[in-house]
Amino acid sequence: MRYVDEYRDAGKARALAARIAELCDPGRTYTFMEVCGGHTYTIYKHGIEDHLPDNVRLVHGPGCPVCVIPMGRVDDALHIAGQPDVIMTSFGDMMRVPGGSASFLDAKAAGADIRMVYSPLDALKIARRNPGRRVVFMAIGFETTTPSTAMTVLRAADEGLDNFSVFCNHVTIIPAIKAILDSPDLRLDGFIGPGHVSTVIGCRPYEFIAAEYGRPLVVAGFEPLDILQSIHLLLTQLAEDRVAVENQYGRVVPWDGNGKALHVLSQVMEVRPHFEWRGLGFISHSALRLREAYAAYDAERIFDLPGVRVADPKSCQCGEVLKGVLKPWQCKVFGTACTPETPIGTCMVSSEGACAAYYNFGRFDRAGVREAIRS
Amino acid sequence: MCLGIPGEVVELLTDQPDLAQVEVSGVRRAINIALLEEEGVAPGDWILIHVGFALSKIDEAEARAAMEFLEQMGAAYDDEIDALKESGDG
Repeated sequence: MRYVDEYRDAGKARALAARIAELCDPGRTYTFMEVCGGHTYTIYKHGIEDHLPDNVRLVHGPGCPVCVIPMGRVDDALHIAGQPDVIMTSFGDMMRVPGGSASFLDAKAAGADIRMVYSPLDALKIARRNPGRRVVFMAIGFETTTPSTAMTVLRAADEGLDNFSVFCNHVTIIPAIKAILDSPDLRLDGFIGPGHVSTVIGCRPYEFIAAEYGRPLVVAGFEPLDILQSIHLLLTQLAEDRVAVENQYGRVVPWDGNGKALHVLSQVMEVRPHFEWRGLGFISHSALRLREAYAAYDAERIFDLPGVRVADPKSCQCGEVLKGVLKPWQCKVFGTACTPETPIGTCMVSSEGACAAYYNFGRFDRAGVREAIRS
Repeated sequence: MCLGIPGEVVELLTDQPDLAQVEVSGVRRAINIALLEEEGVAPGDWILIHVGFALSKIDEAEARAAMEFLEQMGAAYDDEIDALKESGDG
């Protein structure tokens, strides 16, 4: 297929890999974080690390929406699902995310009315068709899904639907990147920036990373050549002793993002003072809730939530994986007690999770060998 | 969920200006295009769809690459594409 070949041309990949090798200073190491789980997927699917010099390391970031949902929020959602007349709805990815005692799938099997929807608009439709029931949409995701939730709330308000609400768990990517930059555990030399999140927020919100932290960021597409080109751009900046935000994915990502989506988002939602991220703990100003004007659609105000913080299982090291401190295969339960079928940690749940990507492509063996040779 | 699904706009719905008929992986369904109000959408345009909403315009080459990427992701994205196909018109 000619269209796809354009992004996967083996000759171009080899040429890029050679240029990457030339740019690297053999006397130092380079550690780059890919923030987005979709990039993690490409990196393991296509063995991108095998094309890089040994002193260029890629670490995986927190950009997998279900991976960062803390167990206490799953428990809160299950508490709502257990109230009279409630129909709980969410995306398919949410179904296997473990809570303190159960997942959505477990609760559904035990009799709760929990339904998988593709879009928040489908949850709205369920509300229209079931006027005697209270339909709650558990909203999750970064800025790729947030505008859709906001649009759905506006639509519910327009229609005057009084049996629909949103349990808002939307998170924002910038504070998570800042938390990682502030973390003493990890020294990063640059970022491969998220592709589709940036279609909404654009490239400007990343500028503080260059200006205040002196690190480059390149917004990247999802094809193997996109990733290689982005690494090349990062290394070029470092070789030229400059740092900036660059957009490798200009064919999809406008520099200023989607103005209408940002407008709707800020009309309906506001930043929370703090929010817990699974494995990362509380991060200031890192999540969104509905504004007071839309209180009638806010499940957190409608239902009395336990709001109990549930510690991650001791054996689970998702936090270290989400911060890029550990490779998935370095976690004690990886591939043994924790698998995609019976996940202990969220990174093993979604196909965008770093652990699931490693597990599914059997990359951990090779990575383990490489790591053993290096150490 | 974080990765958009590409589709080709087939028809704008004059009675519902927020919606367009979009062909996605061989199936037509209504997609909300209100978030592309500033760019404008016309039949023949390719868009990236996130959970029922078009968030960006793309070209045909990008659309084909994006679809193949999703198809390679296997079960998780098969489920999402199936869910999109079955999802109603909002």
